Amino acid sequence: MKELVVISGKGGTGKTTVTAALAALAGHKVMADCDVDAADLHLVLAPENRTATEFYSGQVAVIDPERCIRCGECATNCRYEAIDADFTVHKEHCEGCGVCAYVCPTDAAGMIERMCGHWYSSETRFGKMIHAHLGIGEENSGKLVTTVRKEARKAAEEVGAELIITDGPPGVGCPVIASLGGTDLALAVAEPTLSALHDLKRVHKLTRHFQVPMMAVVNKADINPLLTEEIRNWCTESGVEIAGVLPYDQIVTDAQIHGLSVVEHDPDGFGQHMRSVWDKVSRKLFA
Amino acid sequence: MLTIAVASGKGGTGKTTVTANLAVWLASQNVDVAALDCDVEEPNLHLFLRPVWTKTTPENVPVPEVDEERCLGEECRKCVDLCRFKSLIMMAGSVMVFPELCHGCGLCTLACPARAIREGAREIGVVRTGATAGADSARIPVVGGEMRIGEAMAPPLILAVKRTAPASAVRLIDCPPGTSCPVIASLGGADLAVLVTEPTPFGLHDLELAVGVLRKMDIPFGVVINRDGMGDDRTHRYLEREGIPLLGTLPHSAEAAHCYSEGRLHVDALPGFREAYASIWENIRTLAAREVSR
Ligand code: SF4
Ligand code: SF4
Repeated sequence: MKELVVISGKGGTGKTTVTAALAALAGHKVMADCDVDAADLHLVLAPENRTATEFYSGQVAVIDPERCIRCGECATNCRYEAIDADFTVHKEHCEGCGVCAYVCPTDAAGMIERMCGHWYSSETRFGKMIHAHLGIGEENSGKLVTTVRKEARKAAEEVGAELIITDGPPGVGCPVIASLGGTDLALAVAEPTLSALHDLKRVHKLTRHFQVPMMAVVNKADINPLLTEEIRNWCTESGVEIAGVLPYDQIVTDAQIHGLSVVEHDPDGFGQHMRSVWDKVSRKLFA
Repeated sequence: MLTIAVASGKGGTGKTTVTANLAVWLASQNVDVAALDCDVEEPNLHLFLRPVWTKTTPENVPVPEVDEERCLGEECRKCVDLCRFKSLIMMAGSVMVFPELCHGCGLCTLACPARAIREGAREIGVVRTGATAGADSARIPVVGGEMRIGEAMAPPLILAVKRTAPASAVRLIDCPPGTSCPVIASLGGADLAVLVTEPTPFGLHDLELAVGVLRKMDIPFGVVINRDGMGDDRTHRYLEREGIPLLGTLPHSAEAAHCYSEGRLHVDALPGFREAYASIWENIRTLAAREVSR
């Protein structure tokens, strides 16, 4: 079984559009949305019949008002200002370190498991999909990404799929790190802007660190042909194969509005571009 | 001081462009404004404002240092057992620290019966301060953070950026994307927030997430629709339905996209944008006044 992850140095480059298009083109596969902070893939794939599972990670403090003698030890020792003057815990600031529970003389402060979000297993018109939603102010997106990947792998084994297509998180932080390790190919989507090459170099460093081969797609190339050329040159020099150079096209937004992948919405135009991207990607994946 | 946080559920909507353009427009109107880049994981406000950095200060978080002489070793293990982040382990009778995992909570230091732990410092990144070049009245102080690669602790660095920023009549904060801790840290203490979005289904969905964050934090906010005209009107309809003020729209155009790709400012390069920002600012002021009297 192969695992393809679509990434981008920053948000808004068209990562989800590319992922959805590949989902429409690839054969027997399972989709995973690892952009758990702000997942969008479901807007195109319209998952149904989902089962939702609570996701727990780390701990959070709770203070029992019955036992609290308002001595202030917890608030004084908390370094995150998570406990206010009324001895209420502010979950969004609590790191779950347990200092309050340790110093509380009456055992009023204690720690409970922290519910950080949900992950879902759903059906789509392209096959099974595993996705997730992280609660507001929750951090452990790296762990949730790991859960989504693990469940996607399980699902792929169950249905005998030969491929997992993952919509990765943007950026180069902890969630991306969690989504890269052990995958077979990373496809980086970049647009030709001043910061794109910088971002591309950073994700390339990451993929090299994990020894994951990387290919690149330049999206909205005609926004700035000069920068597109620069990205191309850098790719050639760095041994990053270019899977495609896509034009800026209003049809991409139209597809989104219709809740369709570009391959379904514009099979002969933009769909053709994506087909050629998929050809190159699948050749590399299944070589 | 009026602190305005510029946020969006997700990257790529034009949050940084709005921050930079609004800052430059305000400065041109002789408003005393400072710009803060709190997207410490991927700072790029400086690509648009091009400040001259004059000072770079490392930012540290505490991390335990264990004095082997004093440590009671295997018999005690108190620190090792208490640390919830597995950043301490007992190896061959002595305590080993994994600084990257440490949250700097101080529990181990507090709990050590032998006073064998003291707190040292670990650098998580730097805070840079400077100002844009340009005529004196239009010089904009810029403060930004840059996290070390591989570092996970953004909030302390974000708070350091806010602490370091000079006092000014208006403070604009370029927030990180997402809905997790770094955004919460960036939004803390803001008088109001400007959410930047694109009128597309993805844009609307991300906007709804950002609205969730602001409502939870009880910060008043309005919305700027960037690249208006590229999608459909469901974002406009959503704002009406929810009673969210529309602070302004910025047109969708190839010139604007090209200009952005080169890191140039719309208010400097394109006609119509100065007026757009003037009206956005008017609407921000109205919103701020309404909230003060609330
Ligand atoms: S300071 Fe807190 S997180 Fe760091 S090692 Fe000590 S107990 Fe663990
Ligand atoms: S709590 Fe102090 S004495 Fe005990 S193992 Fe840790 S460092 Fe050593």
